[in-house]
Amino acid sequence: MIRIAAALALMAPAALAGEIWVTNEKDNTISVISTETLEVIQTYETGERPRGIIFSRDYSRVYICASDSNAVQVMDPETGKILHDLPSGDDPEQFVLHPNDRHLYIANEDDAITTVVDTETRKVIAQIDVGVEPEGMAVSPDGKIVITTSETTNMAHWIDTETQELFANTLVDSRPRHAEFVKDGTEMWVSSEIGGTITVFDVADQSEKAKIAFEVQGVHPDRVQPVGFEFTAGDSHAFVALGPSNHVAVVNAETYEVEDYILVGRRVWHMDFNADRSLLFTTNGVSGDVTVIDVAARKAIKSIKVGRFPWGAAFRPTN
Amino acid sequence: MNAWVTSLRAIVLREALRFIHQRERLIAALVRPMVWLLVFAAGFRAALGLSIIPPYQTYITYETYIVPGLCGMILLFNGMQSSLSLVYDREMGSMKLLLTSPLPRGWLLFCKLVGSTMISVLQVYAFLAIAAGFGITMPGWGYVTVLPALLVAGLMLGALGLVLSSLVKQLENFAGVMNFVIFPMFFLSSALYPLWKMAESSELLHDICAVNPFTHAVELIRFALYLQFNGAALGWTCLAAAIFTGAALLGYDPARTRMGRKT
Repeated sequence: MIRIAAALALMAPAALAGEIWVTNEKDNTISVISTETLEVIQTYETGERPRGIIFSRDYSRVYICASDSNAVQVMDPETGKILHDLPSGDDPEQFVLHPNDRHLYIANEDDAITTVVDTETRKVIAQIDVGVEPEGMAVSPDGKIVITTSETTNMAHWIDTETQELFANTLVDSRPRHAEFVKDGTEMWVSSEIGGTITVFDVADQSEKAKIAFEVQGVHPDRVQPVGFEFTAGDSHAFVALGPSNHVAVVNAETYEVEDYILVGRRVWHMDFNADRSLLFTTNGVSGDVTVIDVAARKAIKSIKVGRFPWGAAFRPTN
Repeated sequence: MNAWVTSLRAIVLREALRFIHQRERLIAALVRPMVWLLVFAAGFRAALGLSIIPPYQTYITYETYIVPGLCGMILLFNGMQSSLSLVYDREMGSMKLLLTSPLPRGWLLFCKLVGSTMISVLQVYAFLAIAAGFGITMPGWGYVTVLPALLVAGLMLGALGLVLSSLVKQLENFAGVMNFVIFPMFFLSSALYPLWKMAESSELLHDICAVNPFTHAVELIRFALYLQFNGAALGWTCLAAAIFTGAALLGYDPARTRMGRKT
């Protein structure tokens, strides 16, 4: 019995082992943080101005938006070697990987288009005109819809992945930055940086379902700028990065009420969870660090120095 | 030996009774740091700047930063308050009664020090509980590990109070102590701002803060609240406590002092 308990105790932490990969926009590097020791364990060189980062489904490849190199780079996460570049269109910033694990949908900020790239043939299979300065990208769990948000047009563009054409455009508040499908794809959330809100859409008819506003005590409203956000296990709560307000908001995803604000580093931008979603890692651009939040306690427990202007974050299990 | 314990118990009990009977003193002792925490700190919420310094591992609000300093403030004011009561005792004649005890004067003063430190520590815990009620919490075990730090800091500041009480002849002169000891000690320390922030405005200010024993007492408390040991702060606080205790013994030595010559 004791032996079983000991074996379980040994297995438990191993099952949660993982890394958070953080792109450093100004250093042209990726910092790899161990989710166990909460320390940087590796730094890899990338192309110029790395921003969006995403892993393939089996975590054997990592895709990096090297914005100023005008390429999506494909890296072997075991060695940190750049395997090859994918054609991405100009200035790729954010992207999503289709559930088919093959098609990357990339927002090309300077060209007002969304580029669809086949990662196997390494060819562009479609380019879709969207609004000015596209940025936020999301894909529905069934893979039928892709969202591109355009910063200047202030719209969420709904793309049918079968026809690779827009089938709806919905207005959101000023400068939409990030989008996510939640609750099995029945809801779609878009954050608006300047508008200071998150708009919740009903996916069935693309109608606006709710709007979430933020107010951080002691911080001027102009500095409260929602950007990246992620959902806890079961989609019960969203953690929303509020940019230069240096806070992360905790939003109840059922009532759409903001329940808490957590102080993190300066200009918090994007984030990702560890394996069991008990820890959240936020990238803080100006202070050049990553703050670790204890999700259950809703408290920042540590800030880890990384490169200059950390931007994107992605989790990778290591066992 | 029994007489020693009896005297310790009697003096500590007297301090406790005196404190219990002065409810307004407890309220005043708690209101002062609460005003700093909820009014002063609220206004300076965003003014601290952003730099993670030990023992903190991440960004903190100013309210969180100021808590150890306010714990120190309670100890400092209480140390002075107890020295004020010694001046009062001297004026009323009860000190003469105490010091005519056959036990060594050093022991009697130590008992007095222990009594006032116990009261101070209780007040600090009451303050920490109220602060927690306002959502300003420390790590759970920090409330335990801070106890020895509070005792050491309390003894050091109590000993300073004893030194002052040996120098101050009349109650009226105590206002000077406020102006020339308590305020400079509190403001020229890391209680309100970290030392690096002081260095930004003036190196001289920073150096004064760095040698202020109150800074080391506050840092000892700060680290202990976050389950960390600050050896340097402990060393400096103990050294200051030893010097103040020595000075207090000298001050209360009947062969050397003005008070001795009077009695």
